Amino acid sequence: MTRRINWPLWVGFVLSIAAFLTYFFVFVEFPVTRDFPWANLLLFVIALACIFVGVRRGFASDRPHPVRSKIVTSLVAIVSVVILGLFVFTIFVVGRWLPASKGAPQVGQRAPEFTLPDSNGNQVSLNELLTTPINGNAPRGVLLMFYRGYW
Amino acid sequence: MRGIERSLDQFKQAGIRPVAISVDTPSESHDLQQKAGYSFTFLSDQNTDAIRRYDLVHKGAGINGGDIARPAEFLIDSTGTVRWVNLTENYWVRARPEQVLEVAKLLK
Repeated sequence: MTRRINWPLWVGFVLSIAAFLTYFFVFVEFPVTRDFPWANLLLFVIALACIFVGVRRGFASDRPHPVRSKIVTSLVAIVSVVILGLFVFTIFVVGRWLPASKGAPQVGQRAPEFTLPDSNGNQVSLNELLTTPINGNAPRGVLLMFYRGYW
Repeated sequence: MRGIERSLDQFKQAGIRPVAISVDTPSESHDLQQKAGYSFTFLSDQNTDAIRRYDLVHKGAGINGGDIARPAEFLIDSTGTVRWVNLTENYWVRARPEQVLEVAKLLK
């Protein structure tokens, strides 16, 4: 008996892995696809549609190895759904695990002063950042962006 | 921060100086600047001094369980007054450069 590859199943599986990874390597770069991961969720929808077709095919009675086909089909489908679950968890649950920062300076308050080394090791204070000219003109403001860092 | 780099000319025209702050060492920040092509200022807050003063400490969230900064942005005017704050509730949702530039128009 010849082995027949269940293409929709495997295409769906590869697509669901791609749907997970492309967010972090591609879509995260663009605000439109980053703030809400609709592009990735769309890929997941296509992936799961393929897998749905693949499952029907894998469970059809004309498979050369019905038992093996059912086991493999089920495993691939489950792993794909787990990947989707992991994605949703990472973006919508883990992404919200941030401290409330109730004591952060608010609009109208004075920004706390600090002095820190820049990437060349020079000590820089907030006051300097606010007064050192930009293109020969006094700055109108400073945008402080705190970020996690890359360790 | 990629968006900020792309809009850097507009920030300069608006007289706004973007500054990034994290617990990374100066040399780590230097590497990041080189790799990603960031030309604005990066400050290194290894002891979370400023991060603590701005109440942005994310306890134990670093890769080795160290304290790091949660993402947050502040627009500070030339008198040192906070004029706009963005404390995102979701790590993946960030302020866009256009938003900041819009607020920056209101600064003297």
